[in-house]
Order: sequence, then structure tokens, then C-alpha cells
Amino acid sequence: MAEASLLDRSRTVAGPGYNRWLIPPAALAIHLAIGQAYAFSVFKKPLGALISGDPAAPAAADWTPTQLGIIFSIAIVLLGLSAAIFGKWLERVGPRKAMMASALCFSGGFFIAALGVHLHNLWIVYFGYGVVGGIGLGIGYISPVSTLIKWFPDRRGVATGMAIMGFGGGAMIASPLSVALMDHFKTSGTGTLGVAATFLTLGVIYLLFMQFGVWTIRVPADDWAPAGYVPNPQHSALITSSNVSADNALKTPQFWLLWVVLLTNVTAGIGVLETASPLIQESFSDAVMGAGRGVTAAAAAGFVGLLSLFNLLGRFFWSSASDKMGRKTTYAIYFGLGILLYALIPTLGRNTQLALYVGVACVIISMYGGGFATIPAYLSDLFGKYQVGAIHGRLLTAWSTAGVLGPLIVNFLHESRKAEGFTGAAAYQTVFYAMAGLLVVGLLANFAVTAVNEKYNEKGPVKAEPGGH
Amino acid sequence: MNQPPVSSATPETPGSGGAVFLAWAFVGIPLLWGVSQTFIKALDLFK
Repeated sequence: MAEASLLDRSRTVAGPGYNRWLIPPAALAIHLAIGQAYAFSVFKKPLGALISGDPAAPAAADWTPTQLGIIFSIAIVLLGLSAAIFGKWLERVGPRKAMMASALCFSGGFFIAALGVHLHNLWIVYFGYGVVGGIGLGIGYISPVSTLIKWFPDRRGVATGMAIMGFGGGAMIASPLSVALMDHFKTSGTGTLGVAATFLTLGVIYLLFMQFGVWTIRVPADDWAPAGYVPNPQHSALITSSNVSADNALKTPQFWLLWVVLLTNVTAGIGVLETASPLIQESFSDAVMGAGRGVTAAAAAGFVGLLSLFNLLGRFFWSSASDKMGRKTTYAIYFGLGILLYALIPTLGRNTQLALYVGVACVIISMYGGGFATIPAYLSDLFGKYQVGAIHGRLLTAWSTAGVLGPLIVNFLHESRKAEGFTGAAAYQTVFYAMAGLLVVGLLANFAVTAVNEKYNEKGPVKAEPGGH
Repeated sequence: MNQPPVSSATPETPGSGGAVFLAWAFVGIPLLWGVSQTFIKALDLFK
């Protein structure tokens, strides 16, 4: 029981003089770990050759790429669902208990998946990495957000940008780490091409790494504020000093407008990310650029890496900039500039302007990342700090929807153009025009965001986490 | 209606700067390693 009480919210209230700059590293420890999800593709080839033992020549009984793709899809869907379901619980019990639950689920998912790999039972892998790990992803993703906003009411964008940047950076650590571990265990003769042993090792590493976040996180006292803090210095009608509960937020048009904002921004970004490697190879192939001058598979992998870097940098840059520019203006830039750049991409492809093409794609992806990182601060501006973590969790269902919608739209439009006989950059033309069209919808939704009607506000003062012990 | 500024902040505990540095190093070092690995891979695009 003593162990449980250490996780209670009451045990995490910071004493006087606690340095708030310890909170972002605590949040990063969680997001850097769960960001591993975006590196799951490094396991696809070895997982698809567990029977044959040769990734280049899978056996008939080996798992297919489609079967393996479902693992990641389950995890992302569970991320959105669990963030929506457990958001209010998180606000009640505080960030430490939620982070611990996330760590146990996320690492537990690896342990269960390792058993599934060892037994060559795909359902166990689905359940482990997909369901249990996916719940860890969802709880972990939202666990530090409201705490960061409470510690940094004067720099909400900077604070959430730092944490959510970690989710982008997690894959950059996990990808080379996983490859190195698989190489090590493969040569050690542990079987399953080193995958099961790698899953076990990653489970232990992430469990320990996330403990840093669990035990470092603190919530501020209810009456705490940064020295010299002045609420809403911009006197913006879109920054409230009131509070709206998670249940009431769902009744406001603002919540659903932001849902559309997130959905369109993420769907468009996924359109580029999903196709990045084949897109650049087909658009700038030897046939287009001349023999020996086309983009190779290795160079395309470099392009994907560059996009990952800009995804990471955009999360911090744009979210921090939104503290100065205001959230609505920042999203207007994502959409306005995005529409121009998405519409420009096919022209750059037709004219074989590779450097400009890469530059434009990087800016687009920086705004995709920025969209993720700026949304918690936007929610906090509109609905207050009271249950912003829970509201954010519910909004993340837009991400899950985009995760399904984005690849569907892209693949359908691309295949349709190819069926019409178009090749190279021309085969992707309608994809980019459709994404630009989606951003128009997002721009309009963002334009329609106004201050929340006062009838939805909580009456009287609210405790930061109602029901906390 | 804006609430008046509330400021119950007290000076940060002496020595907490060291803890902040260590905390950032704990998460920053793996992040920088990952970023450098990605950057090296990205260089292939310009070869």
C-alpha cells in the first residue's frame, strides 16, 4: 500500500522552490519512450521471415506484410481510444500514477509480444504490442500535457512542444537501437532472428527509462504561478481564464472545429509521410532525371530521415512560435502556407526541381509536427487548464481517424492515376491537390473558432484535479 | 473576466540547477544520439 500511495497525486505536489525546468525532461522521458511506435517498421522484415530465417525469402507459413501492418494500426487506434477513455482518470489520479500505468502497459506489451514471437502466434503479438502497448501509448501521450500547461501558463506552447517533440524523437532512438539489438541477438543465436530477445530488452530499457519521468514529475500547488505571471498578456478573447470540463467541452462547437483542424492537418501530413520513399524515387527516377542521376533507395531513405528531423524540429519551433503569434494565427499559417506548398509540389516534380521539392516537403512536415504540438496549448487557451488533459485525449481520436483515412485517400488516388496511365510525379498529382483541398477545410474550421460560450464554464473556482487525494 | 495575477512563486532551491542539468542530460543524450544517426542517414540524399 505504501508503494501505491507514492503514486498518488497528493505525493507529487511540488514543495516551495521546486524548479519547473525539471518537468519537461520528465515528460520527455515518457514521450521519447513511446515514440518508439513510429520505428516499428524496422521489425517488419524480420518478423515476416521467422519461419524461413531469411528476410529475403519468406516461407509460405511466414506472416505477410499486411498481417504485420495490422500490429501498428491496432496500436495507433488504441492510442486514440485509450487517450479518450482514460483522460478523466488521469486528471483525477495525477500524472505520476498515469505515467506508471503507461510504463507498465508499454513495456508489458513488449514482453507479451516477445512471447508471441517465440511461439509464432500473431494474435499474441496483436494483443501485446497492439492492444496492451497501444493503451500504454495513449495514457503516456497525454499524461504530462496538463501538468506541463499548469507549470508553464506563460509558455504553454514551448512546454508542450518540448514534450511532444519527444514523440517525434523517440523513433530516431528506437530505430538504430532496435537494429543494433537484433544484429547482436541474431549472432548470439537466440533464435527468431533476434526479434524476441530485442522485444524483451526494449521492454526492460523502456520500463527503466520511463521511471525517470514517473519519479521526477511533480504538479504545482493550486495557488502556484510563475513569478511575475500575468494571465493573457495579449488580451485575446481566445484565451480564457475560466474552465470547461471535458464533458462540457464535447458539447461546444469549438471542440469539434479543433477536431476537424487536427484531422485535416494530420491526414495531409500522413499523405506525404506514407509515400515519402516511393514518391521521391518515382518522381525523380533515372527515367526522369537521366541514367545514373535518379534518386536511389538509399537516398530515398535519407529523404525519409530528413522529414523525420523536420517533423521533430517543427514540433518545438511552431509550438513555441504560437506563444507569440497566438494559436489561431499559427494554424492559419499551417493551412494557408500548406495549401500553397501542397499545390506547388506536383509542379516542382514535373519540372524536376529536386532541391526545392525536398525543401518544400520539409516545411510541410514541420507544420504537420507543429500541428500535434500546438493543439494542447490551443485547447488550454479555449477551455482552461482544469481538464485539458482529458479534452486533449478525446481530441486525439482525430489522429486515429486520420491514421486510417490518410493512407486510404493516398493509395486510392495514386492507384487511380496509375490506372489512367500516369507515371512518376504525375501519378501523385491528384494526391497533393486533394491534400491541399483538405487543408482548405481545415483553414475554414480554424477560421470559425471563437471564444467558448460562458454557459459551458464551470461555476466557481475549480481544483486543478478534482477528486485528487 | 481576467483573474488577478497570482504569484506564490518562491526562489528555486539552491543547487536545483545541477539537478536540471542532469535531468536534461538524461533525456538529451539519447535524443542527440538518435538525431545524429538520422542526420547521417539523411546525408545519403545529398550524395
